Amino acid sequence: MSEKIKVPTVAEMMAAGEVPDILFWVGCAGSFDDRAKKITKAVIKILHGCKIKFAVLGTEESCTGDPAKRAGNEFAFMMSAMQNIQVLNGFEIKKIVTACPHCFNTIKNEYPELGGKYEVIHHTQLINGLIKEGKLSMSGGDFKGKKITFHDPCYLGRANDVYEAPREVLQKLDAELVEMKNCKAKGLCCGAGGAQMFKEAEKGDKEVNVKRTEDVLDTKSNIVATGCPFCNTMMTDGIKHFNKEEDVEVLDVAEMIANAMDL
Amino acid sequence: MGMIASIIFIVLTVVGTAWFGRNVMRIRKNILLGKDLNRSDKKGERWKTMILVALGQKKMFQRPIPALLHFAIYAAFVITQIELIEIFVDGVSGSHRVFASSLGGFYTFLISFIEILSVLALVATFVFLARRNLLKIPRFHMSEMTGWPKLDGNIILYLEIVLVLCILTMNGADEALMNIGHSHAVGLTGDTYGFAVSSIVGPSVFGGMDVGSLEILERIGWWGHIIMVFTFLNYLPISKHFHVLLAFPNVYYSNLKNKGQFSNMNSVKKEVEMMFDPNADPYAAPAEPAGEPERFGAKDVVDLTWKSLMDAYTCTECGRCSSMCPASQTGKKLSPRKIIMDTRDRLEEVGKNIRKHGKEHADGKALLGDYITEEELWACTSCNACVQACPVNIDPLSIIIDLRRYLVMEESKVPSELATMLTNIENNGAPWQFSPMDRLKWADED
Ligand code: SF4
Ligand code: SF4
Repeated sequence: MSEKIKVPTVAEMMAAGEVPDILFWVGCAGSFDDRAKKITKAVIKILHGCKIKFAVLGTEESCTGDPAKRAGNEFAFMMSAMQNIQVLNGFEIKKIVTACPHCFNTIKNEYPELGGKYEVIHHTQLINGLIKEGKLSMSGGDFKGKKITFHDPCYLGRANDVYEAPREVLQKLDAELVEMKNCKAKGLCCGAGGAQMFKEAEKGDKEVNVKRTEDVLDTKSNIVATGCPFCNTMMTDGIKHFNKEEDVEVLDVAEMIANAMDL
Repeated sequence: MGMIASIIFIVLTVVGTAWFGRNVMRIRKNILLGKDLNRSDKKGERWKTMILVALGQKKMFQRPIPALLHFAIYAAFVITQIELIEIFVDGVSGSHRVFASSLGGFYTFLISFIEILSVLALVATFVFLARRNLLKIPRFHMSEMTGWPKLDGNIILYLEIVLVLCILTMNGADEALMNIGHSHAVGLTGDTYGFAVSSIVGPSVFGGMDVGSLEILERIGWWGHIIMVFTFLNYLPISKHFHVLLAFPNVYYSNLKNKGQFSNMNSVKKEVEMMFDPNADPYAAPAEPAGEPERFGAKDVVDLTWKSLMDAYTCTECGRCSSMCPASQTGKKLSPRKIIMDTRDRLEEVGKNIRKHGKEHADGKALLGDYITEEELWACTSCNACVQACPVNIDPLSIIIDLRRYLVMEESKVPSELATMLTNIENNGAPWQFSPMDRLKWADED
């Protein structure tokens, strides 16, 4: 992106006497991982382009605790969760959007019992809503005539039954959307969930992301679209494993929309 | 003779039922060893799920051909139970086909229906035998499917064949007798019952036999049938086929929340809340709860919830979970079916120990370590594919997580990279080693 968009924090907004309509939860990957930062910026471009009054927590955001909980450390999870809930409730946040299905799942499902009750949506749901409301339209983009397949993130799909929003969004692009043989509820994991992202895999005869990449390659798609920064990493590595970087691109739905949207 | 037969029948019925009852009560007791979990909410939704998934076998139809074949056996199994009512009346009173004349055409319809379903079930049984033993379907040949589980899968199919053959022999011999003018049925005359299958097959197979032989043949079929019923009934509790009964409560009590939602541990929540409470006295001794301090996570089956234990007894060992599991599919040691089978085996062992030596007995073994290894647990991506695939709504993932919790929180046994990740979360608020102060840096970068 050439022109820089000013990203407001909730604290700054509140100091100016304003309240954000929606909080953009960036997440750890979105904040620190170089590849995922691009997804973050794409989301910012969409939020800004659609003139949504949003803000981020900035340095007051902290890991949701998802990987700690899945790894079995409930203490580390609880500490993170309660700290985040204190911050969110302090700012009286009502609505949250995030580009990470793990953050999405944890805040949406596991925070309410701990006192954190918010409306939480995944960025593909936000984008889908914006298109339906006519606030976001697309005519450009580099996707004309391309073949796209969508890889379902486990924590968006099976974990929360969100299958259609990303697909509806992708269908708005001037491209062909094809399904892998295992998709939606039967989708194969990328291999990163349950804290696997942070460790070597156990011994086996293949890496999970390599197996998933085979499914992708079977579709002969030019682009594999994802909605999760971890799936993105795993699929990118998988494509590299087969030396197919020239033929297959791994992109987040937000990046594709940010590329194609009218400003 | 009639009197003796009635007595034998009654004894068989009482002993067969009592033994079954005893084994079911043992299983119930074992399940109740598990930890509390409230699944008494949302009754309407639970009934609906049970009707769709257990009664309607909705998830089976993800694979339509086995689903149809399985449904044929299932329908035959359920419908045949109606015939048992008559068998019991006949067996106790010494009558023969007591409902034949009073029900008339409806009786013919019912028995015909049973016969047709039985033949379909027979076909399905042969297909399943071939599928299990001749076709190389990976999920039937994984390492946990050797020995007893493999035999168990076949035994029930053999029993099914014997049962159907008994029914057809019984009806067929009766039809052949009718055909030569020997009606035994109470108040019924004519030369056929008109049963859909046996009225054709009976006379053509058994025709030409004399009355005495046919009568013996009919009795062999009749007794064979009822003996098979009690054999089956008492086979269920020691086999994976207990699912024909437990599938219903197990689906009823299944998790209705989003699959991604893991339970929050209340004990941990309370401790952390104290730390966050600005009014708490930081120097006060932590309030020790009375009695044994609660164990974090699960080391053995008694630390799991009762629902996980019910899951263990409900498993059909079909392997649909493992065939969808990313870890199993890529040759890792983890197989969600094995997790469930291990839980059942260990629970059976614990139950036996308690019955023999009393509740306090410890055999020095545990589910974690002696049955399930750490390597299996750490291979799980928590993707929920197993939960999604299971036709009877079993949740292997919740057992995996409970065991991980014990490993991590009680024994601090965690792969070193994960230990680093956890330290980072605690110190930096992110799984990687970045300063929390740099969290918004991306906004200034191009
Ligand atoms: S949740 Fe774990 S055990 Fe279940 S399918 Fe996924 S990786 Fe396998
Ligand atoms: S857990 Fe479910 S899917 Fe897996 S083997 Fe048992 S019944 Fe089949």
